[in-house]
Amino acid sequence: MKVIKIDKKEWTSGIEQVKNAYRVFGPIKEENKEFSAFKELGKGVTPDLSATDTRLSPKGIIFPQSEAMFEFTTDSTSDDCNLMNVPEKDYSPRAIVGIRPYDAAAFTLVKKNFDTPEYRDNYWVDAYDACTFIGLAVSSPSILDFSTSTKSGPFDETGLDVLLCDLDDHFLAKVISEKGETFLKAAGFTNIADEKDVQKIDILKKEAEDKIQSRVFFDKIQSYSILDIYEANFWEDISFACINCGTCTYVCPTCWCFDIQDEMQGKTGQRFKNWDSCMFPLFTLHTTGHNPRGTKLQRVRQRFMHKLKYFLDKYNDGIMCVGCGRCIRFCPVNIDIRRVCDTMNSFEPAK
Amino acid sequence: MNPYLPFPVRIDEINIATEDKSLKTFKFIFLNKDDETKFAYQAGQFAELSIPGKGEIPIGIASSPVEKGFVTFTVNRAGLVTTHLHKMKVGDIMGIRGPLGNCYPWEMLEGKNILIIGGGFAFTTLRSSIIYLLHPDNRSKFGDINVVYGARSPGMLLYREELSEWEKRDDINMHITVDGTDDPDWKYNVGFVPTIVEQKAPNGDADTYAIICGPPIMIKFTQPVLEKLGYDHDHIIMSLENRMKCGIGMCGRCNIGKELVCKDGPVFTLNQINQTPREY
Ligand SMILES: Cc1cc2nc3c(=O)[nH]c(=O)nc-3n(C[C@H](O)[C@H](O)[C@H](O)COP(=O)(O)OP(=O)(O)OC[C@H]3O[C@@H](n4cnc5c(N)ncnc54)[C@H](O)[C@@H]3O)c2cc1C
Ligand code: SF4
Ligand code: SF4
Ligand code: FES
Repeated sequence: MKVIKIDKKEWTSGIEQVKNAYRVFGPIKEENKEFSAFKELGKGVTPDLSATDTRLSPKGIIFPQSEAMFEFTTDSTSDDCNLMNVPEKDYSPRAIVGIRPYDAAAFTLVKKNFDTPEYRDNYWVDAYDACTFIGLAVSSPSILDFSTSTKSGPFDETGLDVLLCDLDDHFLAKVISEKGETFLKAAGFTNIADEKDVQKIDILKKEAEDKIQSRVFFDKIQSYSILDIYEANFWEDISFACINCGTCTYVCPTCWCFDIQDEMQGKTGQRFKNWDSCMFPLFTLHTTGHNPRGTKLQRVRQRFMHKLKYFLDKYNDGIMCVGCGRCIRFCPVNIDIRRVCDTMNSFEPAK
Repeated sequence: MNPYLPFPVRIDEINIATEDKSLKTFKFIFLNKDDETKFAYQAGQFAELSIPGKGEIPIGIASSPVEKGFVTFTVNRAGLVTTHLHKMKVGDIMGIRGPLGNCYPWEMLEGKNILIIGGGFAFTTLRSSIIYLLHPDNRSKFGDINVVYGARSPGMLLYREELSEWEKRDDINMHITVDGTDDPDWKYNVGFVPTIVEQKAPNGDADTYAIICGPPIMIKFTQPVLEKLGYDHDHIIMSLENRMKCGIGMCGRCNIGKELVCKDGPVFTLNQINQTPREY
C-alpha cells in the first residue's frame, strides 16, 4: 500500500496544477448560501474540505439533474429532419476532490443499474469512467451517519481512487488505484509517507468508526418474501406524515430514477434525461388514468421496498443505501429510513 | 451502442384499423437497411416509437418476424404522442427503438397446444404470434391452435381480412366474438370473451398453454374460466403494460416488485405475477 504525504502548504498549488489535466469538482460554500455543494472549480478556487456534508450528493457530476441526450431539427427542409444527433460531450478526465466515502460507494451501487450485461447507459458510464474519485475520510461522522451498517464507512475505500485523511497540517493520501496514482502525480504530490504516518490512518479509522452510534440491521429482511413485507400492516403508519415532496430521492446519492422529455425551441429540439422521483404520482400514471401507485402509501412503500428489499433480493449485495443520513436530515416530516429498516427487519409475518 | 438512439424509419403506409378511426396501423421501413437486421425480434416484444419533439411510446410489435422488409404497429389514439402520430403522413421520418422486452416463450411452447385469447386492441402481438405460428416453417412444430378474439362490435375488430382468412383454414380454430351487433349477416359469436372461452376453448392440461392479452376487465373475468377449464397458473401466459420511459430497465418506473415490466417482461406467467405485488 502506497501512502503520499501532502503538506497543506502545497495543497492549493497542487490543485491548481492538476486543473491543467482534469476538470476538478469539489465542495464549496457559495456566497449567501447556507449549504455547501459540489461544483466545478474554476481557476483559483480550492475545494472547501472543512465543509461538512453537502446537502445534495455529488451524483449530479456523473448524472446531471437534466442532461441532453439528443438534439434534432423538425424542419422538413433540412436533410437531417427528425434525426437524432448526440450533442458534443466532454468526457475528458475529471476528478471529484473531497467526495465522502459513502458518496463514492453510492456510485458503485448506481453502476449496477446503468451498466448491465444487456444495456449500457453510455451517458452515465462514460462520465463515470472519465472520473477520478479523491475521497476525504470522515473523521467526525454526523449523528445521522450510519454508513458502517451499509458496507461503507467513514474510511471506506469502495469506489475511491485516493483516500485523503486530514491530519491538521498535512493530508495522508492512500493510493487505491492506478487512476489515483496518476492524479496525485499530475498534482505534483509525490512525497512518500513513512511507516509511522501510515499507521496513523488505521488509528483514525478506528476512532471514526467508533464514533458512529447509529446502526441499522437488514439481516432478516431477505428471509421474508416480497409479498409478506409488501402486505405488512405498518406501511400506513410509516407513510402517514409524508407529503410526497420528493426531497428524500433528490438528496439521495443512490436514487437513480429518471424521466425522458423532449423540449422544443422553434424547430430545434432536444431530448433530455431528467431526475425523476417515485414519490410523484405522475411517475407511474397510465394514459388511461389508471395509476398502479396512485396513493401516497403505495409510493412510500415503493421507495423503501426498492431500497431495502427489491435491490437486496435482486443483487444479493446489500441494500440500496449507503447510510449518509441526508434523507433523514432533510425530510420535512422526519421520516427516518433507519426506523423503517428496523420495522421491516423486526416484523413477524402472519403465519 | 447508445441504447436510447432510435433507428430512423420512414412511414410507408397508414391504414385505419377500426371503424371509429381510433386505431391506425403504421408500416415502417428502416432508412438504413442494416438496421432491419439489428432490429431482429420475436413475437411478443415491443419497441419505443420515437417522435422528435413529442416523445416516445412503448408499442407492441404487430408485424411478425417471418414478415421481412418492414415492421408494423397498431396504435390507439390516447394522449400526446399517439395523437400526434395519428396526424403524421406517409413519407414522414421518425424513429423506432428496440426490440425491447422478452417475447412469448416460443421454445418452451414447441410441441404444445396453444390457446390464444385477445380482447380489444391488445391483439397486436397476438397477431404477430399467429402469423409466426402459421408460417409453413413453424406450423408443424406446434400442436392445436385455438384463438378467441373479441371486440365491442364487428367494426372494432383489428386485422379483419386476416381473421377471415384464418377462419377458412383447418390448422387453426378461430372463435371470433363481439359484445353485440345489429348486423344480420354476422356469422360469428356474440358474447364477452370469458363466456366464449368457457364455451369454445379446449380444456387445460400439461401440454396446453393459454396466452392472454386484453383489457384488465377481460383478464379479470377470464382467469376464473381458465382455472375451471383446468389451466394451471404456470400454463397461463400474460403480457403486462405499465407506464414506461427508457424501456431498458433503467428509469425505474415500470417495476412490479423487483421485476421490471420493460426488461424482465412484458410477458410473464400468471404464476410469476402471483409472486409480485401486481403494481400494474
Ligand atoms: C409493452 C407495451 C405495449 C403496448 N402496446 C400498445 C399497442 O400495441 N398499441 C397501443 O395503442 N398502445 C400500446 N401500449 C400503450 C401505449 O404505450 C400508451 O397508450 C401510450 O404510451 C400513450 O402515450 P401518449 O403519449 O399518447 O399518452 P400521454 O398520456 O400523453 O403519455 C405521455 C407519456 O407517458 C408514457 N405513458 C403513458 N401511458 C402509458 C402506458 N399505458 N404505457 C406506457 N407508457 C405510457 C409514455 O412515455 C408517453 O410518452 C403499450 C404499452 C406497453 C407498456
Ligand atoms: S422527504 Fe419526507 S415528506 Fe418528502 S417525499 Fe421523502 S419521505 Fe415524504
Ligand atoms: S436512503 Fe437516505 S441515508 Fe440512504 S443513501 Fe439515500 S439519502 Fe443517504
Ligand atoms: S421503462 Fe424504464 S425501467 Fe422500465
